[in-house]
Amino acid sequence: MINDVYAWLTDGSNWVGGSGDQALTRLYEHLLLTAVSVVMAIIVGLPLAVWLGHRGRGGTLAVNVSNIGRAIPIVALLALLSLGLFGSSVLGPFGRAGLATLVTLALFALPPIITNTWVGMREVDSDTIEAARGMGMSEGEVLRRVELPLALPIIFSGIRLAFVQVWATATIAALVAGPGLGRIITHGYDADDPAEIIAGALIVAVIALMLEVGLAGVQRLLDPVGRARRDTAKRDTRRGSDNRLPVGPTP
Amino acid sequence: MTPSLVPTPSSVHALAVDNCLTRNDWICGAYFSSSRVDALQTALLQHIGIVVASVVLGFVIAFPLALLGRRYRKLEALVVGTSTAIYTIPSLALFSLLVPLTGLGVETVVLGLGLYSLTILVRSMIDGLRAVPDDVRESALGMGYAPARLLWRVELPLALPTIMGGVRVATVSAVALTTVGAILDYGGLGSLLIEGSSTNFKAQVLFTSFMCVALAVALDLLLVGLQRALTPWRRTAASR
Repeated sequence: MINDVYAWLTDGSNWVGGSGDQALTRLYEHLLLTAVSVVMAIIVGLPLAVWLGHRGRGGTLAVNVSNIGRAIPIVALLALLSLGLFGSSVLGPFGRAGLATLVTLALFALPPIITNTWVGMREVDSDTIEAARGMGMSEGEVLRRVELPLALPIIFSGIRLAFVQVWATATIAALVAGPGLGRIITHGYDADDPAEIIAGALIVAVIALMLEVGLAGVQRLLDPVGRARRDTAKRDTRRGSDNRLPVGPTP
Repeated sequence: MTPSLVPTPSSVHALAVDNCLTRNDWICGAYFSSSRVDALQTALLQHIGIVVASVVLGFVIAFPLALLGRRYRKLEALVVGTSTAIYTIPSLALFSLLVPLTGLGVETVVLGLGLYSLTILVRSMIDGLRAVPDDVRESALGMGYAPARLLWRVELPLALPTIMGGVRVATVSAVALTTVGAILDYGGLGSLLIEGSSTNFKAQVLFTSFMCVALAVALDLLLVGLQRALTPWRRTAASR
Protein backbone atom coordinates (compact mmCIF):
# COMPACT_ATOMS: atom_id res chain seq x y z
CA MET A 1 0.00 0.00 0.00
CA ILE A 2 2.69 2.48 1.03
CA ASN A 3 4.62 1.58 -2.08
CA ASP A 4 1.58 2.23 -4.28
CA VAL A 5 1.05 5.63 -2.71
CA TYR A 6 4.73 6.45 -3.11
CA ALA A 7 4.57 5.35 -6.73
CA TRP A 8 1.54 7.59 -7.33
CA LEU A 9 3.18 10.59 -5.71
CA THR A 10 6.44 10.18 -7.62
CA ASP A 11 4.78 9.57 -10.99
CA GLY A 12 5.17 12.84 -12.88
CA SER A 13 2.16 12.15 -15.09
CA ASN A 14 -0.09 12.41 -12.04
CA TRP A 15 1.11 15.96 -11.47
CA VAL A 16 1.24 17.42 -14.95
CA GLY A 17 -0.49 15.96 -17.96
CA GLY A 18 -2.44 16.35 -21.14
CA SER A 19 -6.02 16.59 -19.92
CA GLY A 20 -5.13 19.54 -17.69
CA ASP A 21 -6.79 18.30 -14.53
CA GLN A 22 -3.76 16.72 -12.91
CA ALA A 23 -2.59 17.41 -9.38
CA LEU A 24 -0.72 20.63 -10.11
CA THR A 25 -3.78 22.21 -11.73
CA ARG A 26 -5.86 21.13 -8.74
CA LEU A 27 -3.25 22.50 -6.36
CA TYR A 28 -3.27 25.82 -8.18
CA GLU A 29 -7.09 25.95 -8.10
CA HIS A 30 -7.07 25.12 -4.43
CA LEU A 31 -4.50 27.75 -3.46
CA LEU A 32 -6.21 30.38 -5.59
CA LEU A 33 -9.65 29.61 -4.13
CA THR A 34 -8.32 29.70 -0.57
CA ALA A 35 -6.42 32.96 -0.99
CA VAL A 36 -9.13 34.83 -2.90
CA SER A 37 -11.98 33.79 -0.62
CA VAL A 38 -10.09 34.66 2.57
CA VAL A 39 -9.19 38.06 1.12
CA MET A 40 -12.87 38.57 0.19
CA ALA A 41 -13.91 37.70 3.75
CA ILE A 42 -11.28 40.07 5.18
CA ILE A 43 -12.48 42.92 3.00
CA VAL A 44 -16.06 42.42 4.13
CA GLY A 45 -15.67 41.17 7.70
CA LEU A 46 -12.70 43.06 9.10
CA PRO A 47 -13.99 46.65 8.80
CA LEU A 48 -17.40 45.57 10.04
CA ALA A 49 -16.01 43.82 13.12
CA VAL A 50 -13.49 46.60 13.83
CA TRP A 51 -16.27 49.16 13.76
CA LEU A 52 -18.63 47.06 15.90
CA GLY A 53 -15.82 46.30 18.35
CA HIS A 54 -14.79 49.95 18.55
CA ARG A 55 -18.33 51.03 19.27
CA GLY A 56 -18.86 48.09 21.62
CA ARG A 57 -21.90 46.90 19.73
CA GLY A 58 -23.04 43.75 18.01
CA GLY A 59 -21.55 41.34 20.52
CA THR A 60 -24.33 38.81 20.07
CA LEU A 61 -23.85 38.82 16.32
CA ALA A 62 -20.07 38.61 16.55
CA VAL A 63 -20.12 35.63 18.87
CA ASN A 64 -23.07 33.78 17.38
CA VAL A 65 -21.93 34.03 13.80
CA SER A 66 -19.39 31.32 14.61
CA ASN A 67 -22.01 29.06 16.15
CA ILE A 68 -24.28 29.46 13.14
CA GLY A 69 -21.38 28.78 10.79
CA ARG A 70 -20.67 25.55 12.61
CA ALA A 71 -24.18 24.23 12.16
CA ILE A 72 -24.38 24.72 8.39
CA PRO A 73 -22.81 21.86 6.44
CA ILE A 74 -20.50 23.10 3.71
CA VAL A 75 -21.84 20.45 1.38
CA ALA A 76 -25.33 21.87 1.80
CA LEU A 77 -24.38 25.47 1.08
CA LEU A 78 -22.25 24.46 -1.89
CA ALA A 79 -25.01 22.34 -3.36
CA LEU A 80 -27.62 25.06 -2.82
CA LEU A 81 -25.51 27.79 -4.40
CA SER A 82 -24.29 25.71 -7.32
CA LEU A 83 -27.80 24.50 -8.18
CA GLY A 84 -29.30 27.91 -7.62
CA LEU A 85 -27.95 31.40 -7.60
CA PHE A 86 -24.47 30.90 -9.02
CA GLY A 87 -24.70 27.81 -11.18
CA SER A 88 -21.91 25.33 -11.74
CA SER A 89 -20.26 26.68 -14.83
CA VAL A 90 -16.48 26.93 -15.06
CA LEU A 91 -15.08 30.22 -13.74
CA GLY A 92 -11.69 30.78 -15.34
CA PRO A 93 -8.83 29.46 -13.22
CA PHE A 94 -11.21 28.67 -10.36
CA GLY A 95 -12.58 25.64 -12.18
CA ARG A 96 -16.03 24.10 -12.26
CA ALA A 97 -18.67 25.72 -10.02
CA GLY A 98 -15.98 28.28 -9.30
CA LEU A 99 -18.25 31.14 -8.30
CA ALA A 100 -20.44 29.04 -5.99
CA THR A 101 -17.31 27.57 -4.36
CA LEU A 102 -15.69 30.96 -3.96
CA VAL A 103 -18.75 32.47 -2.29
CA THR A 104 -19.24 29.45 -0.02
CA LEU A 105 -15.61 29.57 1.07
CA ALA A 106 -15.75 33.31 1.71
CA LEU A 107 -18.88 32.84 3.83
CA PHE A 108 -17.15 30.16 5.88
CA ALA A 109 -14.10 32.41 6.32
CA LEU A 110 -16.23 35.20 7.79
CA PRO A 111 -17.06 33.77 11.25
CA PRO A 112 -13.50 33.36 12.60
CA ILE A 113 -12.50 36.77 11.21
CA ILE A 114 -15.53 38.59 12.63
CA THR A 115 -15.48 36.83 16.00
CA ASN A 116 -11.75 37.19 16.59
CA THR A 117 -11.60 40.79 15.43
CA TRP A 118 -14.51 41.76 17.63
CA VAL A 119 -13.11 39.95 20.67
CA GLY A 120 -9.66 41.43 19.99
CA MET A 121 -11.06 44.94 19.90
CA ARG A 122 -13.07 44.40 23.09
CA GLU A 123 -10.16 42.90 24.97
CA VAL A 124 -8.08 46.05 24.65
CA ASP A 125 -7.72 47.33 28.19
CA SER A 126 -10.27 50.13 28.73
CA ASP A 127 -7.79 52.03 30.94
CA THR A 128 -5.40 52.17 28.00
CA ILE A 129 -8.11 53.61 25.76
CA GLU A 130 -9.08 56.08 28.47
CA ALA A 131 -5.44 57.15 28.80
CA ALA A 132 -5.14 57.63 25.04
CA ARG A 133 -8.24 59.83 25.06
CA GLY A 134 -6.84 61.75 28.02
CA MET A 135 -3.70 62.44 26.02
CA GLY A 136 -5.91 64.18 23.50
CA MET A 137 -6.15 61.54 20.79
CA SER A 138 -9.15 61.75 18.50
CA GLU A 139 -11.44 58.71 18.15
CA GLY A 140 -9.78 57.87 14.85
CA GLU A 141 -6.34 58.03 16.42
CA VAL A 142 -7.44 55.87 19.33
CA LEU A 143 -8.71 53.31 16.85
CA ARG A 144 -5.67 53.45 14.57
CA ARG A 145 -2.84 53.88 17.03
CA VAL A 146 -4.07 52.11 20.16
CA GLU A 147 -6.90 49.65 19.62
CA LEU A 148 -5.89 48.14 16.29
CA PRO A 149 -2.22 47.52 17.17
CA LEU A 150 -3.19 45.93 20.47
CA ALA A 151 -5.91 43.81 18.87
CA LEU A 152 -3.70 42.75 15.98
CA PRO A 153 -2.52 39.40 17.41
CA ILE A 154 -6.07 38.15 17.99
CA ILE A 155 -7.22 39.53 14.64
CA PHE A 156 -4.38 37.72 12.93
CA SER A 157 -5.16 34.47 14.69
CA GLY A 158 -8.69 34.78 13.28
CA ILE A 159 -7.30 35.23 9.78
CA ARG A 160 -5.01 32.27 10.30
CA LEU A 161 -7.94 30.18 11.47
CA ALA A 162 -9.92 31.29 8.43
CA PHE A 163 -7.08 30.22 6.13
CA VAL A 164 -6.81 26.77 7.68
CA GLN A 165 -10.59 26.26 7.69
CA VAL A 166 -11.02 27.44 4.13
CA TRP A 167 -8.21 25.19 2.97
CA ALA A 168 -10.11 22.31 4.50
CA THR A 169 -13.49 23.47 3.25
CA ALA A 170 -12.20 23.77 -0.29
CA THR A 171 -11.48 20.04 -0.25
CA ILE A 172 -15.17 19.31 0.15
CA ALA A 173 -16.07 21.23 -2.99
CA ALA A 174 -15.13 18.05 -4.84
CA LEU A 175 -18.13 16.26 -3.32
CA VAL A 176 -20.42 18.46 -5.38
CA ALA A 177 -18.09 18.14 -8.36
CA GLY A 178 -16.45 21.46 -7.66
CA PRO A 179 -12.78 22.36 -8.13
CA GLY A 180 -9.71 21.80 -5.96
CA LEU A 181 -7.53 19.04 -4.57
CA GLY A 182 -10.49 17.10 -3.24
CA ARG A 183 -11.06 16.02 -6.84
CA ILE A 184 -8.01 13.77 -6.61
CA ILE A 185 -9.58 12.02 -3.62
CA THR A 186 -13.07 11.71 -5.16
CA HIS A 187 -11.55 10.50 -8.42
CA GLY A 188 -9.71 7.88 -6.40
CA TYR A 189 -12.99 6.64 -4.93
CA ASP A 190 -14.70 6.63 -8.32
CA ALA A 191 -11.82 4.75 -9.91
CA ASP A 192 -11.53 2.42 -6.89
CA ASP A 193 -7.85 3.32 -6.64
CA PRO A 194 -6.75 3.33 -2.96
CA ALA A 195 -3.30 4.68 -3.85
CA GLU A 196 -4.83 7.77 -5.45
CA ILE A 197 -7.20 8.29 -2.50
CA ILE A 198 -4.38 8.16 0.04
CA ALA A 199 -2.02 10.23 -2.12
CA GLY A 200 -4.66 12.96 -2.53
CA ALA A 201 -5.46 12.90 1.18
CA LEU A 202 -1.76 13.15 2.05
CA ILE A 203 -1.25 16.16 -0.22
CA VAL A 204 -4.23 17.95 1.33
CA ALA A 205 -3.30 17.07 4.92
CA VAL A 206 0.40 17.89 4.64
CA ILE A 207 -0.25 21.30 3.09
CA ALA A 208 -2.90 22.00 5.76
CA LEU A 209 -0.36 21.28 8.48
CA MET A 210 2.26 23.40 6.73
CA LEU A 211 -0.23 26.26 6.49
CA GLU A 212 -1.06 26.01 10.19
CA VAL A 213 2.58 25.87 11.29
CA GLY A 214 3.70 28.57 8.83
CA LEU A 215 0.96 31.01 9.80
CA ALA A 216 1.61 30.36 13.49
CA GLY A 217 5.21 31.36 12.82
CA VAL A 218 4.15 34.53 11.02
CA GLN A 219 1.86 35.34 13.91
CA ARG A 220 4.74 35.05 16.38
CA LEU A 221 6.86 37.36 14.23
CA LEU A 222 4.05 39.91 14.11
CA ASP A 223 3.61 39.95 17.86
CA PRO A 224 6.86 40.75 19.67
CA VAL A 225 5.03 42.43 22.53
CA GLY A 226 2.81 39.47 23.19
CA ARG A 227 5.76 37.12 22.97
CA ALA A 228 7.69 39.09 25.55
CA ARG A 229 4.66 39.26 27.78
CA ARG A 230 4.00 35.57 27.44
CA ASP A 231 7.58 34.77 28.33
CA THR A 232 7.48 36.72 31.56
CA ALA A 233 4.01 36.68 32.99
CA LYS A 234 0.75 34.78 32.91
CA ARG A 235 2.47 31.53 32.15
CA ASP A 236 0.09 29.79 34.42
CA THR A 237 -3.28 31.24 33.55
CA ARG A 238 -2.96 31.12 29.79
CA ARG A 239 -0.67 28.27 28.99
CA GLY A 240 0.00 27.78 25.32
CA SER A 241 -1.87 30.98 24.72
CA ASP A 242 -1.60 31.59 21.03
CA ASN A 243 -4.62 33.84 21.25
CA ARG A 244 -6.69 31.10 19.80
CA LEU A 245 -10.35 31.06 20.68
CA PRO A 246 -12.07 27.73 21.18
CA VAL A 247 -13.22 26.43 17.83
CA GLY A 248 -14.67 23.39 16.21
CA PRO A 249 -12.68 21.16 13.91
CA THR A 250 -11.86 22.26 10.43
CA PRO A 251 -14.38 21.02 7.91
CA MET B 1 -38.51 31.27 -5.29
CA THR B 2 -41.67 32.33 -7.07
CA PRO B 3 -43.25 29.31 -8.71
CA SER B 4 -43.57 29.88 -12.44
CA LEU B 5 -47.13 29.85 -13.63
CA VAL B 6 -46.23 28.95 -17.17
CA PRO B 7 -45.03 25.36 -17.58
CA THR B 8 -41.48 25.34 -18.87
CA PRO B 9 -41.22 23.50 -22.16
CA SER B 10 -37.50 22.93 -21.65
CA SER B 11 -37.72 19.31 -20.60
CA VAL B 12 -39.48 16.46 -22.29
CA HIS B 13 -41.05 15.45 -18.99
CA ALA B 14 -42.63 18.82 -18.57
CA LEU B 15 -44.62 18.21 -21.71
CA ALA B 16 -45.83 14.88 -20.39
CA VAL B 17 -46.64 15.68 -16.75
CA ASP B 18 -46.42 19.11 -15.28
CA ASN B 19 -45.86 19.27 -11.55
CA CYS B 20 -43.32 20.74 -9.18
CA LEU B 21 -41.11 17.66 -9.54
CA THR B 22 -40.76 17.93 -13.31
CA ARG B 23 -40.34 21.68 -13.03
CA ASN B 24 -37.60 20.92 -10.47
CA ASP B 25 -38.88 23.46 -7.96
CA TRP B 26 -36.96 24.12 -4.77
CA ILE B 27 -40.03 23.50 -2.65
CA CYS B 28 -42.23 20.66 -3.74
CA GLY B 29 -44.92 18.74 -1.89
CA ALA B 30 -44.79 15.90 -4.39
CA TYR B 31 -41.20 15.28 -3.29
CA PHE B 32 -42.50 13.60 -0.15
CA SER B 33 -43.59 10.33 -1.73
CA SER B 34 -43.70 7.41 0.65
CA SER B 35 -40.50 5.87 -0.71
CA ARG B 36 -38.64 9.16 -0.35
CA VAL B 37 -39.96 9.66 3.16
CA ASP B 38 -38.65 6.18 3.97
CA ALA B 39 -35.26 7.09 2.53
CA LEU B 40 -35.22 10.34 4.51
CA GLN B 41 -36.07 8.47 7.68
CA THR B 42 -33.32 5.94 7.15
CA ALA B 43 -30.83 8.69 6.37
CA LEU B 44 -31.86 10.72 9.42
CA LEU B 45 -31.50 7.71 11.72
CA GLN B 46 -28.10 6.93 10.23
CA HIS B 47 -27.07 10.56 10.68
CA ILE B 48 -28.12 10.60 14.34
CA GLY B 49 -26.45 7.23 14.93
CA ILE B 50 -23.14 8.41 13.48
CA VAL B 51 -23.22 11.69 15.44
CA VAL B 52 -24.06 10.02 18.75
CA ALA B 53 -21.56 7.18 18.28
CA SER B 54 -18.74 9.55 17.38
CA VAL B 55 -19.36 12.01 20.22
CA VAL B 56 -19.65 9.15 22.73
CA LEU B 57 -16.47 7.59 21.36
CA GLY B 58 -14.68 10.93 21.62
CA PHE B 59 -15.96 11.44 25.16
CA VAL B 60 -14.92 7.99 26.37
CA ILE B 61 -11.37 8.47 25.08
CA ALA B 62 -11.15 12.14 26.08
CA PHE B 63 -12.01 11.64 29.74
CA PRO B 64 -9.00 9.54 30.81
CA LEU B 65 -6.75 11.65 28.55
CA ALA B 66 -7.93 14.83 30.25
CA LEU B 67 -7.34 13.35 33.72
CA LEU B 68 -3.84 12.27 32.71
CA GLY B 69 -3.16 15.57 30.95
CA ARG B 70 -4.17 17.47 34.04
CA ARG B 71 -1.71 15.53 36.15
CA TYR B 72 1.25 15.49 33.76
CA ARG B 73 2.04 18.79 32.08
CA LYS B 74 4.17 17.24 29.35
CA LEU B 75 1.40 14.86 28.38
CA GLU B 76 -1.00 17.79 28.21
CA ALA B 77 1.27 19.59 25.77
CA LEU B 78 1.37 16.41 23.67
CA VAL B 79 -2.41 15.96 23.79
CA VAL B 80 -3.12 19.60 22.89
CA GLY B 81 -0.48 19.58 20.14
CA THR B 82 -1.87 16.42 18.60
CA SER B 83 -5.40 17.82 18.76
CA THR B 84 -4.36 20.93 16.90
CA ALA B 85 -2.82 18.76 14.22
CA ILE B 86 -5.99 16.65 13.92
CA TYR B 87 -8.14 19.81 13.80
CA THR B 88 -6.11 20.96 10.87
CA ILE B 89 -6.59 17.89 8.67
CA PRO B 90 -9.64 18.30 6.42
CA SER B 91 -12.39 15.75 7.05
CA LEU B 92 -12.33 14.31 3.55
CA ALA B 93 -8.60 13.67 3.91
CA LEU B 94 -8.93 12.33 7.46
CA PHE B 95 -11.59 9.79 6.44
CA SER B 96 -9.48 8.77 3.47
CA LEU B 97 -6.35 8.32 5.59
CA LEU B 98 -8.32 6.07 7.96
CA VAL B 99 -9.60 3.84 5.15
CA PRO B 100 -6.51 1.55 5.19
CA LEU B 101 -7.08 0.98 8.92
CA THR B 102 -10.83 0.59 9.15
CA GLY B 103 -12.02 -0.05 5.60
CA LEU B 104 -14.80 1.49 3.57
CA GLY B 105 -17.47 1.19 6.24
CA VAL B 106 -19.33 3.30 8.73
CA GLU B 107 -16.54 2.65 11.27
CA THR B 108 -14.26 4.98 9.34
CA VAL B 109 -16.74 7.86 9.51
CA VAL B 110 -17.43 7.30 13.23
CA LEU B 111 -13.71 7.04 14.02
CA GLY B 112 -12.85 10.16 12.02
CA LEU B 113 -15.59 12.22 13.62
CA GLY B 114 -14.71 10.70 16.99
CA LEU B 115 -11.16 12.05 16.60
CA TYR B 116 -12.52 15.55 15.97
CA SER B 117 -14.84 15.28 19.00
CA LEU B 118 -11.96 13.98 21.08
CA THR B 119 -9.88 17.06 20.37
CA ILE B 120 -12.69 19.43 21.34
CA LEU B 121 -13.65 17.45 24.43
CA VAL B 122 -10.14 16.99 25.85
CA ARG B 123 -9.61 20.73 25.77
CA SER B 124 -12.91 21.60 27.38
CA MET B 125 -12.42 18.93 30.08
CA ILE B 126 -8.93 20.16 30.95
CA ASP B 127 -10.11 23.79 30.93
CA GLY B 128 -13.17 22.99 33.04
CA LEU B 129 -11.27 21.00 35.65
CA ARG B 130 -8.56 23.63 35.84
CA ALA B 131 -11.10 26.40 36.42
CA VAL B 132 -12.25 24.80 39.69
CA PRO B 133 -11.17 27.33 42.36
CA ASP B 134 -8.28 26.16 44.49
CA ASP B 135 -9.98 27.08 47.77
CA VAL B 136 -12.95 24.88 46.89
CA ARG B 137 -10.56 22.01 46.30
CA GLU B 138 -8.70 22.79 49.54
CA SER B 139 -11.92 22.89 51.53
CA ALA B 140 -13.03 19.55 50.17
CA LEU B 141 -9.65 18.02 50.99
CA GLY B 142 -9.86 19.58 54.45
CA MET B 143 -13.26 17.98 54.93
CA GLY B 144 -11.60 14.66 54.27
CA TYR B 145 -12.65 14.02 50.63
CA ALA B 146 -10.59 11.29 49.00
CA PRO B 147 -9.22 12.16 45.50
CA ALA B 148 -11.82 10.06 43.67
CA ARG B 149 -14.70 11.50 45.67
CA LEU B 150 -13.25 14.99 45.21
CA LEU B 151 -13.28 14.45 41.46
CA TRP B 152 -16.81 13.08 41.23
CA ARG B 153 -18.55 15.15 43.88
CA VAL B 154 -16.76 18.49 43.62
CA GLU B 155 -14.57 19.00 40.56
CA LEU B 156 -16.70 17.38 37.84
CA PRO B 157 -19.96 19.10 38.85
CA LEU B 158 -18.18 22.46 38.85
CA ALA B 159 -16.49 21.73 35.52
CA LEU B 160 -19.71 20.47 33.97
CA PRO B 161 -20.80 23.70 32.22
CA THR B 162 -17.45 23.98 30.43
CA ILE B 163 -17.47 20.29 29.55
CA MET B 164 -21.04 20.51 28.26
CA GLY B 165 -19.98 23.52 26.18
CA GLY B 166 -17.43 21.23 24.56
CA VAL B 167 -20.02 18.50 24.02
CA ARG B 168 -22.32 21.01 22.31
CA VAL B 169 -19.58 22.24 19.96
CA ALA B 170 -18.55 18.65 19.21
CA THR B 171 -22.13 17.57 18.51
CA VAL B 172 -23.06 20.48 16.26
CA SER B 173 -19.79 20.10 14.34
CA ALA B 174 -20.37 16.36 14.00
CA VAL B 175 -23.84 16.91 12.51
CA ALA B 176 -22.35 19.14 9.80
CA LEU B 177 -19.32 16.93 9.17
CA THR B 178 -21.27 13.67 8.96
CA THR B 179 -22.41 14.82 5.51
CA VAL B 180 -18.84 14.35 4.26
CA GLY B 181 -19.19 10.65 5.13
CA ALA B 182 -21.20 10.46 1.91
CA ILE B 183 -17.90 9.73 0.17
CA LEU B 184 -17.97 6.35 1.96
CA ASP B 185 -21.76 6.02 1.44
CA TYR B 186 -22.29 6.63 5.17
CA GLY B 187 -23.13 10.29 5.25
CA GLY B 188 -26.67 10.09 6.61
CA LEU B 189 -28.57 13.04 5.16
CA GLY B 190 -25.37 14.02 3.36
CA SER B 191 -25.70 11.03 1.05
CA LEU B 192 -29.13 12.22 -0.09
CA LEU B 193 -27.82 15.77 -0.32
CA ILE B 194 -24.99 14.83 -2.63
CA GLU B 195 -27.19 12.50 -4.65
CA GLY B 196 -29.58 15.43 -5.10
CA SER B 197 -26.76 17.73 -6.04
CA SER B 198 -25.32 15.38 -8.66
CA THR B 199 -28.74 14.75 -10.23
CA ASN B 200 -29.72 18.44 -10.05
CA PHE B 201 -32.69 17.63 -7.80
CA LYS B 202 -33.44 20.94 -6.08
CA ALA B 203 -36.23 19.86 -3.73
CA GLN B 204 -34.04 17.10 -2.29
CA VAL B 205 -31.03 19.40 -1.83
CA LEU B 206 -33.03 22.10 -0.09
CA PHE B 207 -34.95 19.79 2.19
CA THR B 208 -31.97 17.67 3.27
CA SER B 209 -29.95 20.86 3.89
CA PHE B 210 -32.75 22.14 6.06
CA MET B 211 -32.89 18.81 7.92
CA CYS B 212 -29.15 18.99 8.68
CA VAL B 213 -29.44 22.43 10.24
CA ALA B 214 -32.63 21.48 12.08
CA LEU B 215 -30.94 18.38 13.48
CA ALA B 216 -27.98 20.43 14.71
CA VAL B 217 -30.29 22.92 16.40
CA ALA B 218 -32.45 20.18 17.93
CA LEU B 219 -29.50 18.28 19.38
CA ASP B 220 -28.00 21.52 20.70
CA LEU B 221 -31.25 22.43 22.47
CA LEU B 222 -31.43 18.90 23.87
CA LEU B 223 -27.94 19.30 25.32
CA VAL B 224 -28.80 22.70 26.80
CA GLY B 225 -31.78 21.06 28.49
CA LEU B 226 -29.61 18.22 29.73
CA GLN B 227 -27.11 20.68 31.13
CA ARG B 228 -29.83 22.58 32.98
CA ALA B 229 -31.17 19.34 34.41
CA LEU B 230 -27.69 18.28 35.54
CA THR B 231 -26.84 21.59 37.20
CA PRO B 232 -29.94 22.66 39.18
CA TRP B 233 -27.84 24.89 41.47
CA ARG B 234 -26.94 27.15 38.58
CA ARG B 235 -30.57 27.83 37.80
CA THR B 236 -31.25 29.31 41.22
CA ALA B 237 -28.04 31.30 41.00
CA ALA B 238 -29.00 32.65 37.59
CA SER B 239 -32.53 33.70 38.59
CA ARG B 240 -31.35 35.97 41.38
